[in-house]
Amino acid sequence: MRMTKALIAALILVLGVGIAIGTSVRAADAPKPEAQDWSFTGLFGTFDRAALQRGFQVYKEVCSGCHGLKHVAYRNLSALGYTEDQIKAIAATVEVQDGPNDNGEMFMRKGRPSDRFKEPFPNENAARAANNGAYPPDLSVIAKARPHGIDYLYALLTKYKEEPPQGVQMSEGMFYNEAFGGGQIAMVPPLQPESVQYQDGTKATVPQMAKDVTTFLAWAAEPELEERKSLGRSVLLFLLVLTALLYALKRKIWSELH
Amino acid sequence: MTAPSEPTPAASTDAKPGMIEQAKNWIDYRMPIFTFMEHELHEYPTPRNLNYWWNFGSLAGIVLVIMIATGIVLAMSYTPHVDHAFNSVERIMRDVNYGWLIRYVHMNGASMFFLVVYIHIFRGLYFGSYKPPRELLWWLGIVILLLMMMTAFMGYVLPWGQMSFWGATVITNLFSAIPWVGDAIVSWLWGGFAVDNPTLQRFFSLHYLLPFVIVGVVVLHLWALHTHGSNNPLGIDRKSEKDSIPFHPYYTIKDLYGLGVFLIFYMAIVFFAPNALGEPENYIPANPLQTPAEIVPEWYLLPYYAILRSVPDIAIPFTGIVLIEAKLAGVIAMFASIFILFVLPWLDFSPVRSARFRPIYKQLFWIFLVVCVLLGWVGANKPEGVPLLVGQVCTAYYFAHFLILVPLVAKYEKTRPLPESISQPVLKGDGESGE
Repeated sequence: MRMTKALIAALILVLGVGIAIGTSVRAADAPKPEAQDWSFTGLFGTFDRAALQRGFQVYKEVCSGCHGLKHVAYRNLSALGYTEDQIKAIAATVEVQDGPNDNGEMFMRKGRPSDRFKEPFPNENAARAANNGAYPPDLSVIAKARPHGIDYLYALLTKYKEEPPQGVQMSEGMFYNEAFGGGQIAMVPPLQPESVQYQDGTKATVPQMAKDVTTFLAWAAEPELEERKSLGRSVLLFLLVLTALLYALKRKIWSELH
Repeated sequence: MTAPSEPTPAASTDAKPGMIEQAKNWIDYRMPIFTFMEHELHEYPTPRNLNYWWNFGSLAGIVLVIMIATGIVLAMSYTPHVDHAFNSVERIMRDVNYGWLIRYVHMNGASMFFLVVYIHIFRGLYFGSYKPPRELLWWLGIVILLLMMMTAFMGYVLPWGQMSFWGATVITNLFSAIPWVGDAIVSWLWGGFAVDNPTLQRFFSLHYLLPFVIVGVVVLHLWALHTHGSNNPLGIDRKSEKDSIPFHPYYTIKDLYGLGVFLIFYMAIVFFAPNALGEPENYIPANPLQTPAEIVPEWYLLPYYAILRSVPDIAIPFTGIVLIEAKLAGVIAMFASIFILFVLPWLDFSPVRSARFRPIYKQLFWIFLVVCVLLGWVGANKPEGVPLLVGQVCTAYYFAHFLILVPLVAKYEKTRPLPESISQPVLKGDGESGE
């Protein structure tokens, strides 16, 4: 009985702390995005391989013009279900600078699976110059770098509005987006119906592409997710059994006292 | 500790001791480490009535070991340089074998460490563990808390995310509030004129050093503990043999069971919500040119942050003469909120330790706990409107609790009669509500 009460009290304390954190919504931040259904959340979540490949296609054909993915290597794409040859082919579509060679000169060569994703701009200044002064962030960990990351990304990609609400004065070259804090975003609406031609025949609607590319970015941010959850289930199961045994042993040892 | 006599062949009984036994005796005669272990871990008399709140001390020790072990491994792949720190952490997450696991255990271990230590401290507050003869034990505990806060703060800077950089900027800037020498001290801390590479490198060095200092103070903490033994839920001294049980096996198994429960909670977070306790902002690389919308510390430092930001200018009423500016006053209040714990054993001079027998103090304890949680909530919000008001009221109450209420209650409270002994509580079943 005492133990239960103790645990309940501990839980209350933890909850108190949790509420303290949970309510720390920043005023200047984006509105809380609507929660979507994702295959990779929860205790048994896994990535949908087809969605990952479609999402990669969206990233490659739409996002990668402006946004880098510098922490991900081409070889990592094997997790999406691509074969070694396919990955070699994907990597070979880019030209990267290497060197110096034996003559001390830098040279260009085709990308290799061991290379990290090629960045779209040589530096931040070039990126800003090409984007009306705005800096498109690297997307490697973007799904972890925003509150409610995945739901936020989906909302951001689907909540552009052609016309801002009445009374909102738009700045030059900005677009209205309900999901973005302050409403005005420099990113051109990236997704239009049929922006990409899906190879598996899925109809490329804006919500479909948003969902796919968000899934891909969730994987890019947490490539360990499936292994983490699978190991986590074993660890928790082990700990539950161990703790139950320790409890039984504790009862037995202490019974000599009472 | 007295050294045992050299075991001679004549002294041994007819059965000749085995090889291992002989080796043990040989070592023990020269350095009585086995006698010491037997004395401090096995025989060590412990009150028989310790409840589960007494598990959190050993849990804190175990988390400290986990933090040091994972930290040493992380340091093997981490690069303390402004151009590489963020990337090297991502390397650990992606390319180091089980690097993600080691980092998530370390990262969430900091939160677990504070959670466990805060419960440990509030247990001490409830059952009066700071009272004679355990004042030094209490002091050493506060020193550990201060060292933990420094270590955690510097560790948070290492990934060199936005919150790392701006947190470091805000906290180091606090020292500029010190009159005359403030700015010089801040430059000295930074190793330059802003938080930059020298700052990151010294923080890494100190973040590696301080945990071992904590280990040293923990040894002193245990030494002080073992001198008079644990306090207990009744708060009365052990009087007879019947009041005590040997630490092993009774509390070793109880601590192990508690460890199991704790690890389930800890590992559930590590594997299924590893970033729930952290700021998403810290996955954005540090950018000295862009201030985040709001700079907040990790949850375990929020109450102090709330106190820091709650204190207004201290002025002489109606004259407009400012005696202490808000910034300096806030810094003083923040440090005072911890240093006041050092004098608690004298502020609370009631001879009764346990709140079970102190009806008024028990109420005060729970109010104080709620105030601390509220301060945490305030710290997570902008200091304006309702949070600011709540913060100011709670900050005032925090100090009033220690400086006014606790001494008054110690003087005037009518305490309940104490039981005769631990083994025969006269008031069976009383005082249960506090658990």
